Amino acid sequence: MWTVRVQIEDFDVGAEDERLQGASPEVGAVVSFVGTVRGGEVRSMTLEHYPGMTEKSLEALVEEARRRWSLIAVTVIHRVGRLMPGERIVFVGVASRHRADAFAACEFLIDRLKTEAPFWKKEETEGVARWVEARESDEKRARRW
Amino acid sequence: MAVRVLYFAALRDALPLAEESVALPAGVETMAALRAWLGARGEAWAPLVTWKTLRCARNQALCAWDEPVRDGDEVAFFPPVTGG
Repeated sequence: MWTVRVQIEDFDVGAEDERLQGASPEVGAVVSFVGTVRGGEVRSMTLEHYPGMTEKSLEALVEEARRRWSLIAVTVIHRVGRLMPGERIVFVGVASRHRADAFAACEFLIDRLKTEAPFWKKEETEGVARWVEARESDEKRARRW
Repeated sequence: MAVRVLYFAALRDALPLAEESVALPAGVETMAALRAWLGARGEAWAPLVTWKTLRCARNQALCAWDEPVRDGDEVAFFPPVTGG
């Protein structure tokens, strides 16, 4: 019901949505967010994390979401390692009785994950690798919560 | 007093080590003091002091710079996170 996974392998969005929907007969809404690697200049993206703290911080965010909204199930999956443009990076899925809780909790989870969970992206463009800088706009979105 | 110190991402790339175990001198009692002390060990460690936007964690939870440091802690320093 309250699932947090950090993994190298891809995930199946349809299967994850269905699992959330099937969590309880009480489920009336499932909202899920999928973040992907943008193409363009970027040839690949490598995600590093802080094993141990990553899982703890994601679990703490799920706990906070459960306190703030009426939720039935939550799944957060974040991939690590080297990813190519178009590949999925992150899944945040929320099941609740009514849509308002699911929409709000899903947005809260991804906004706060981006500024609190210890992941770092390194982008490779034509022959050059550089660490991605944190964006003030992400900080701003996270502070709304 | 000994603590395990971890460095991540761009900061780790800029330092000589990814992790170390250090015995702290008397008087180093907060994350800020630890950072300053670690960063004063020579030119190679200067990024710990000069990088303005570093974040820190104590025992795998984000913390403030005035957080106390205790014997046996696992602490970490890193740039602002960029996951999601």
